[in-house]
Amino acid sequence: MKRLVVVGNGMAGMACLEQILAYAPRFTVTVFGDETHVNYNRVLLSSVLAGEKTADDIVLHPLEWYRRHAIDLRLGVRIVDVDAAAKAVTGDDGSVTPYDTLLLATGSYAWLPPIAGLDQDGVFVFRTLDDTRALLERSGPGVSAVVIGGGLLGLEAARGLQVQGCNVTVVHLMPTLMERQLDPDAGQYLAGKMEDLGIRVLLGRTTTAVVGNGHVEGVVLEDGTLLEADLVVVAAGIRPNVELAYKAGLHVNRGIVVNDHMETSSPDILAVGECVEHNGTCYGLIAPLLEQGKVLAATITGNRGPTYTGTVQAAKLKIMGVDVFSAGDWSEQHAEPVRFEDRALGIYKKLTVRDGRLVGVILVGDTSDSHRYMEWLRSRTDLTAERRHLLFPPPAADVGLDVAEMADSAVACGCIGVTKGEIVRAIHERGINTLSQLKECTRASTGCGSCTSLCQDLLRAVAPEFEEEKKKVICGCVPFAEDRLREILRSQKLRSVQEVLEIYGDGVGCEVCKPALSYMLDMLWCGDHEEDRSARFINDRVHANIQNDGTFSVVPRIRGGVTSPAELRRIADVAERYDVRMVKITGSQRIDLLGIRKEDLPKVWADLGMPSGQAYTKGVRMVKTCVGTDFCRFGTQDSIAAGIEMERRFEQLYTPHKVKMAAVGCPRNCAEATVKDIGLVGVEGGWQVVVGGAAGKGVRKADLLTTVETTQAALEAAELFFQYYRENANYLERTYDFVERLGIEKVRKETVYAPEDVRRGLLDRLRKSKARARDAWYEGQQPRHPTQFIPLVPLETLA
Amino acid sequence: MTDHQWIRIAASDSVPLREGRLVRLADREIALFNLGHRFLAVDNRCPHRGGPLADGIVTGASVVCPLHAWKVSLEHGGVERPAGAATCVATYPVRVEHGIVLIGLPLAATCVVTRRSKGEAA
Ligand SMILES: Cc1cc2nc3c(=O)[nH]c(=O)nc-3n(C[C@H](O)[C@H](O)[C@H](O)COP(=O)(O)OP(=O)(O)OC[C@H]3O[C@@H](n4cnc5c(N)ncnc54)[C@H](O)[C@@H]3O)c2cc1C
Ligand code: HEM
Ligand code: SF4
Ligand code: FES
Repeated sequence: MKRLVVVGNGMAGMACLEQILAYAPRFTVTVFGDETHVNYNRVLLSSVLAGEKTADDIVLHPLEWYRRHAIDLRLGVRIVDVDAAAKAVTGDDGSVTPYDTLLLATGSYAWLPPIAGLDQDGVFVFRTLDDTRALLERSGPGVSAVVIGGGLLGLEAARGLQVQGCNVTVVHLMPTLMERQLDPDAGQYLAGKMEDLGIRVLLGRTTTAVVGNGHVEGVVLEDGTLLEADLVVVAAGIRPNVELAYKAGLHVNRGIVVNDHMETSSPDILAVGECVEHNGTCYGLIAPLLEQGKVLAATITGNRGPTYTGTVQAAKLKIMGVDVFSAGDWSEQHAEPVRFEDRALGIYKKLTVRDGRLVGVILVGDTSDSHRYMEWLRSRTDLTAERRHLLFPPPAADVGLDVAEMADSAVACGCIGVTKGEIVRAIHERGINTLSQLKECTRASTGCGSCTSLCQDLLRAVAPEFEEEKKKVICGCVPFAEDRLREILRSQKLRSVQEVLEIYGDGVGCEVCKPALSYMLDMLWCGDHEEDRSARFINDRVHANIQNDGTFSVVPRIRGGVTSPAELRRIADVAERYDVRMVKITGSQRIDLLGIRKEDLPKVWADLGMPSGQAYTKGVRMVKTCVGTDFCRFGTQDSIAAGIEMERRFEQLYTPHKVKMAAVGCPRNCAEATVKDIGLVGVEGGWQVVVGGAAGKGVRKADLLTTVETTQAALEAAELFFQYYRENANYLERTYDFVERLGIEKVRKETVYAPEDVRRGLLDRLRKSKARARDAWYEGQQPRHPTQFIPLVPLETLA
Repeated sequence: MTDHQWIRIAASDSVPLREGRLVRLADREIALFNLGHRFLAVDNRCPHRGGPLADGIVTGASVVCPLHAWKVSLEHGGVERPAGAATCVATYPVRVEHGIVLIGLPLAATCVVTRRSKGEAA
């Protein structure tokens, strides 16, 4: 067996090795990597920095893979010398390893421009997992960060840091952002979008020095401006790692020069990836490198058929809500530009056409057609017939059609280079039904992820038993799973429903997502959000429950179900004064006044002089109590006092779905606490706190959360669960579904058994929300809008 | 074109953005909506069981009835959900002059019943 030595345990090298092993396992393989990690997806480091993925999520080849292929993996070893005559490499650990064939896949390094003071603590580059971890460690709320470089990498770094809470400024040498991928107009659209996200962008500015005293304190620009900074990221470009190639005496320009078979100037040495220069071009994106790897794998295994002839480059900015795509040659020299722009919508599209064929694309704000354009670019389709529909395709009648129109040879996943045909075959032959299975079998959609929706569509159209991945999205208007969405809203600091819809949704929204978003924003910002009543259901606009005839019902708050003769008298008076159609004792120990006109609501509330019972909303409904030790001969705990206190602590707050509670003085359970969302059950010497009970369409006995000795401790346990439910349940998910979905063990672990700081956090956020909440019926006196409760009175009457 | 009698209703800020308000005009109850760049008006009776459309949640140029979530177009009054409901509400022309919203009452309000096929967008 021949000895193959690979230098560089990165994306291009390992993808290529995978191919080599697939063709012919006739090598004993040694891989050297100076990073201490198995091969991971470098492209997704931006997602790790933005908190969307963890280091574990981006592993491409786990240790097990190396073991299975008997690869001798040498991590943390840097190759420092190559002796091409003796055919051996030397590592920085002193080891000398002989080879028959050497594969250089050393990638690039982050280039540092000539700026003074870069050697200080707090200056970072953004290239490796270790860089990313260091950045994550140093970033956080209140940290000022300056990113030098407004290219793809710099912008993604800026966004990631901002998501971590930093105040970020991007300083870019050129007059527009991403000038290698975008024309000046598109660059301006992009700059606007970055500014909208809260990232400051300085264009056409040269950085001359990083100042500080061993530790970064600021960045100085050519015009003398000083930007304060605790952290600086240099993203000014990359340079191929070519040192070893020099030492091996290979032909090197900017990169290691290779021919169409990926051979270097030495017969025993091949090279692949960012370190390579092919036909005058060094590539810095993953797709071309994988194509190179396929050709190299053929060459090295003796098949001289395949050749590498260059790749049309396509780049996509991976910042959620900022859609930017660029491919090919979009310069307008010797080409006809086709353009569309809409400033208000933030959409800019440009195609360049030469001899009736597409040669370049720029899309900002709407990249949904990028696949179509890539296909035209790759296949060099004659577009003369399509000329009128380049930017506005006739709409497809159904989703399947888009997919059906793709040729089998059309590339679905540009990163990994998987065609539609391969995916369809895999689906049929391997019985694939989910996206994860598809990823595992074909590796499609494991690169930058921009083809995920296309792969989903393919699955939907082809797979016999297609299953949507377990995570449900709220609705089509904002197509994200709720936990994801909460993260987005939090990290993007979005505070209004309309803003969310505009950045992450269809800009319109519907009756499903708007109330859900309203809830999320209120919960996330503890009430410090922009309340938009148009996004709330009518009940939450007028704080009463709409009835089948358009009138409303009014339920005042009677904490613990304990009232007084004076209150009852006022209720009776109101019922008579406003001709209430029915006065009803509810199943929840409350009194319901039914059939009140909207315009009478403020007067009714004023006359009642009682707070809102919130019987109309997804919020805290009530705490039922039994008479407990006050009167009952069996009572072991003061259930009335505990119930009233619990109601006081939670009332006025919104929750994912309604929350009904009860407190009982002993396990005889007269107020049915064990079928409530939260129940306090008195026992000899303490309380049992139970959660997730139901007595509705289904009946579910609540699970025991904890047993405690004092009423204070019981209330605190209830608070922990209450806030945990508020923060983690999906909208319209009752506690009984929530507890069942998570399992009571997990709930316990993350509430009553959680570490001190986690519990503190939950309680603090609850207090904060509570401090901002107030009785909704105050709006009777101080309406949010002059016509909140009343019809418009026309300025003129009908003649 | 039908002749309209234009009635001055109220200042345009009397209806909050993306909300509706009830207007009583003689024996009519009209729901007036503020969609930001324009106002639209329809009868305030849901074609299903008479729900107050002015109290619905606006989605694009439609409103979702608060009672049973029928979706009614504010532009042409047709029912967009459930599909195939062959009823509609009357619509009224609206214009804004010097910050005042005017509703045009037809001399004879007409209701054109159009059946919309499934999947056809508004
Ligand atoms: C944050 C970030 C975001 C990106 N986003 C995108 C994107 O959206 N789309 C896209 O197409 N591309 C993107 N890229 C670029 C893409 O990741 C690279 O093109 C690709 O990883 C290059 O693969 P490679 O194998 O050539 O180099 P690398 O992945 O860098 O692998 C080379 C490996 O060799 C090691 N090495 C080098 N010299 C030696 C030596 N002498 N001895 C031992 N080991 C050595 C290096 O440490 C490294 O681990 C991004 C890159 C970064 C950093
Ligand atoms: C099934 C859907 C569609 C069909 C069948 C269709 C058909 C046509 C036809 C036959 C022409 C005239 C071509 C000619 O005169 O050479 C045309 C022109 C055009 N179409 Fe479409 N089209 C569709 C959808 C669209 C859509 C959705 C848009 C835009 C959003 C669009 C935008 C245009 C434009 C801008 C022109 C050029 C008009 C002009 O030059 O006067 N088309 N289309
Ligand atoms: S639950 Fe126990 S304490 Fe409460 S009323 Fe019933 S028997 Fe008495
Ligand atoms: S009355 Fe409008 S949906 Fe039923």
